[in-house]
Amino acid sequence: MSLHHATAAEIGRGLAAREYSSVEVTRHFLERIERANPALNAFVTVTAERALADAQRADARIARGKGGLLTGVPLAHKDIFCTTGILTSCGSRMLANFVAPYDATVVERLDAAGMVLLGKTNMDEFAMGSSNETSHYGPVRNPWDPARVPGGSSGGSAAAVAARLAPVATGTDTGGSIRQPGALTGLTGFKPTYGRVSRYGMIAFASSLDQAGVLAQSAEDAALVLGAMAGHDARDSTSVDAPVPDYAAGLDRPVKGLKIGIIREFFGDGLEAETGAAVRAAIEAFRREGATVEELSLPNLPLSVPTYYVVAPAECSSNLSRFDGVRFGHRCRDPKDLMDLYRRSRGEGFGVEVKRRIMTGTYVLSAGYYDAYYLKAQKVRSLINADFRRAFARVDVLMGPTAPTPAFAIGAKTDDPILMYLNDIYTIGANLAGLPAVSVPCGLSGGLPVGLQIIGPHFAEERLLAAAHAWQRLTDWHRRMPQGWA
Amino acid sequence: MTLTRRDVENIAHLARLEITEAELPVYVGSLSAILAFVEQLAAAPTTDVVPMAHPLEGQRQPLREDRVTESDRHGIYQANAPAVEAGLYLVPKVIE
Amino acid sequence: MANGWETVIGLEIHAQLATRSKIFSGSATAYGAPPNAQANLVDLGYPGTLPVLNREAVLMAVRFGLAIGATIAPRSVFARKNYFYPDLPKGYQISQYELPVVARGAVEILLEDGSRKTVGVTRAHLEEDAGKSLHEGLGRMSGIDLNRAGTPLLEIVSEPDMRSAREAVAYMKKIHTLVRYLEICDGNMQEGSFRCDANVSVRRAGAQEYGTRCEIKNLNSFRFVERAINHEVERQVELIEGGGKVVQETRLYDPDRDETRPMRSKEEANDYRYFPDPDLLPLEIDAAFVAELRAGLPELPDAKAARFAREHGLSEYDAGVLTASRELAAYYEEVAAGAGEPKLAANWVMGELSGFLNRDGLEIGVAPVGAAALAGLLKRIVDGTISGKLAKDVFEAMWSERKDADAVIAERGLRQITDTGAIEQAIRDVMAANPGQLADYRAGKDKLFGFFVGQVMKATAGKANPAQVNELLKKLLAGP
Repeated sequence: MSLHHATAAEIGRGLAAREYSSVEVTRHFLERIERANPALNAFVTVTAERALADAQRADARIARGKGGLLTGVPLAHKDIFCTTGILTSCGSRMLANFVAPYDATVVERLDAAGMVLLGKTNMDEFAMGSSNETSHYGPVRNPWDPARVPGGSSGGSAAAVAARLAPVATGTDTGGSIRQPGALTGLTGFKPTYGRVSRYGMIAFASSLDQAGVLAQSAEDAALVLGAMAGHDARDSTSVDAPVPDYAAGLDRPVKGLKIGIIREFFGDGLEAETGAAVRAAIEAFRREGATVEELSLPNLPLSVPTYYVVAPAECSSNLSRFDGVRFGHRCRDPKDLMDLYRRSRGEGFGVEVKRRIMTGTYVLSAGYYDAYYLKAQKVRSLINADFRRAFARVDVLMGPTAPTPAFAIGAKTDDPILMYLNDIYTIGANLAGLPAVSVPCGLSGGLPVGLQIIGPHFAEERLLAAAHAWQRLTDWHRRMPQGWA
Repeated sequence: MTLTRRDVENIAHLARLEITEAELPVYVGSLSAILAFVEQLAAAPTTDVVPMAHPLEGQRQPLREDRVTESDRHGIYQANAPAVEAGLYLVPKVIE
Repeated sequence: MANGWETVIGLEIHAQLATRSKIFSGSATAYGAPPNAQANLVDLGYPGTLPVLNREAVLMAVRFGLAIGATIAPRSVFARKNYFYPDLPKGYQISQYELPVVARGAVEILLEDGSRKTVGVTRAHLEEDAGKSLHEGLGRMSGIDLNRAGTPLLEIVSEPDMRSAREAVAYMKKIHTLVRYLEICDGNMQEGSFRCDANVSVRRAGAQEYGTRCEIKNLNSFRFVERAINHEVERQVELIEGGGKVVQETRLYDPDRDETRPMRSKEEANDYRYFPDPDLLPLEIDAAFVAELRAGLPELPDAKAARFAREHGLSEYDAGVLTASRELAAYYEEVAAGAGEPKLAANWVMGELSGFLNRDGLEIGVAPVGAAALAGLLKRIVDGTISGKLAKDVFEAMWSERKDADAVIAERGLRQITDTGAIEQAIRDVMAANPGQLADYRAGKDKLFGFFVGQVMKATAGKANPAQVNELLKKLLAGP
């Protein structure tokens, strides 16, 4: 078996057993990136030198017997995480010259675990998109079919892991940006409970929804990397001060007796037939393993997309005000006055979708519209949250599809923002309620991967990982690789 | 909600975004469509519903001890700045 | 002010809280650092950074609230006030909007006619200060210094309860005294630690509706507040009497030209798009915490003044002056206790001491004559060692030579002469030297008594006990 067919956990075990060195592993992946990235456009920056230095340090640490499960294992970070001395572009022209002077907490912690940084992955500009087509660095291609999108906004991370250019990668999920690309590229995409992972150093899109997570080949990998990322951080007021369980240790919890709720609203119009069939078959398999299954209605959930498209733009319009051409980021040439500096720097620095969301957010917060839009959306968010709470009083996890269709063609939805927004119809609810959720591959539709989404109550990460792991011991969908990247 | 060109120009100005003549119709159309789309929220019954600003209810703001933990690193921080002089960030003259 | 008009004033006072670090970051708040030396990633609004609230700032806000008898909100919320300005790094200011930490308090001010007036405090909320724009020496550019950005502010918003510039100043002084008593603000107005915006409108006497108001910004001295308000009132009255209308706007007070003018940067109508800051959670303050802080409050100026009036027999006015700052009041109390004569102590503290402090531009904390030293001097007056008049010379020597009273008295031989024999001898010498005056006095020219007192004091270098001089003179001048 070639190195890149191994999961992060397997590589970690191989390193610990001295089957190979981290430098060897790292070189292997750097070569793959060099060969395949031009076709996929998954990486914005490849940090080869840094990676080899990290790898040497990791090898020394392993030699001293001080290595952990992830020491020496390479990874890629979504280019939304600040990395000292490395371009941190957030997929935007605005930050095409931005070298972060500090590390995000996520970066710091995975670094401390001994992981090796291969590079920074492409993404929708400021994480605003569901197809990775809004990046300043051009669209990312789906390794399963390069004419198709990998999903977004963590599309670069998804494509990189799917084509095995990296064993594992970080992502962020504001409305589905880990789970949806995970589904579209055949990966395990894990979004933890809001507050479980620090947001410090993660460039904000919508602060009350953003959460960092993992794009991995398996639930086991997700458990390991999440365990290393998670935990309280005094630099993030919204970070939760609660101990982090040993996620990997809890993976073998049996499915028997698990109470599964099927979200009725997720199986209506708009769900592609083969996708729906694959998801239903997966849930049926859980039942055969001893889980109980009941159908539930979450009546307000269909309002999650409109709610999100008020709340997220509102927060983003404010979060992105700091990009003003004064202290960092793009500045227009020869501003004639202060107003000109602001308007042109921001007009030139941001792409179409980002500007659209800033304007939507500006509008819904403005005098005379706040109550009708923003406040109303916050109230509906309350209703959606209450729907989930009621559901979790009856069941342990909720299941349904991650995305309504498999990967679509590049350019197919770029002219119709609402059509694009509806890609996230099944994923946004978990963000609005701050819930942990995972997408696991559960079949193919037209030869393209389909994701099963499992949503849990707050801090039920272990339960979700155990369910995903049980599924992956039962099936090998997560082991399937796209053709042409062997 | 259908926005006019003037509406979009006003929003763009409030958000300090230069929008070109060519881009304007695209935003007029798509922003109007988005607002029409989100207007379905109006039908949701929300009397007495407490708005939810934060996904983890019951959490309270943590407080930091009043300690100085930072030192002068303005040289490093200003490496990203488009224009600085004598430690100051430069902008076109501000008129108060 | 023109007859027939009533002025209505409300103040928004910004008090910089005297924390060591900023409200949302660990940067220092010290004044006068080199540009941007105290602006860290959070203060600069660097992408990915997040605010974490300073505990001390919250404590200070609560202490203020308790001191003005306000309600402390069990739950308050930080909101973002969105606008673009180069000294505002994030493009929004973190403030409190719908739910401030302090609401509905009041303070009492003493008016010139001796009456008292209550001024309502609508609210006080926590927020972050902005940076500074510098316009000198950079050609067509302005320079931005963000050292001040993120300094904690308590914005104290009054009701529109004041009816004259004098009342506004009295109110502002009252708040100034209070924040310094509570040790939550250094009150330094030159450095901008304590400043205010004034909302001013006028209306016809007897009118119920408020007139259109203007907000005057940039008022950083009591004198400017008074002058700016008076100018603004004049401008508004003239405008209306000339058939015009007041336009609601933000105006800037220019102390050099002594006028207010519209602020260009605030010309367009503001739409701040306030919404709850999703990076911060609701601030919850429980009752036990409030009770603990309440118990720890110092004696406040009003209570202290009342006690001075009651226990020391001081006038209300004197008690007010002596409690204007915590340091002054403490100084006075120490002098009064040491000398055992509160009124004498009050006169000296408000007279000589204040005069010398003013003359030398010194704060009471660094007065060359400390409270114990002054008490020592006053004791020598009380026990008759020196006269009140000589005491002033002693005080001056103590001030410039930094010695205690007894040392000065001993060195200069200023000890009062109380020996009857010695005084009698001096009187006899004076009588012998001035036979003409003595004859005139004895012939009925009583007014010459003062002449003899003067001669005796001169002969004793001012050291003779005046009461004894009087008594003995009368006896000896009357004749054998």
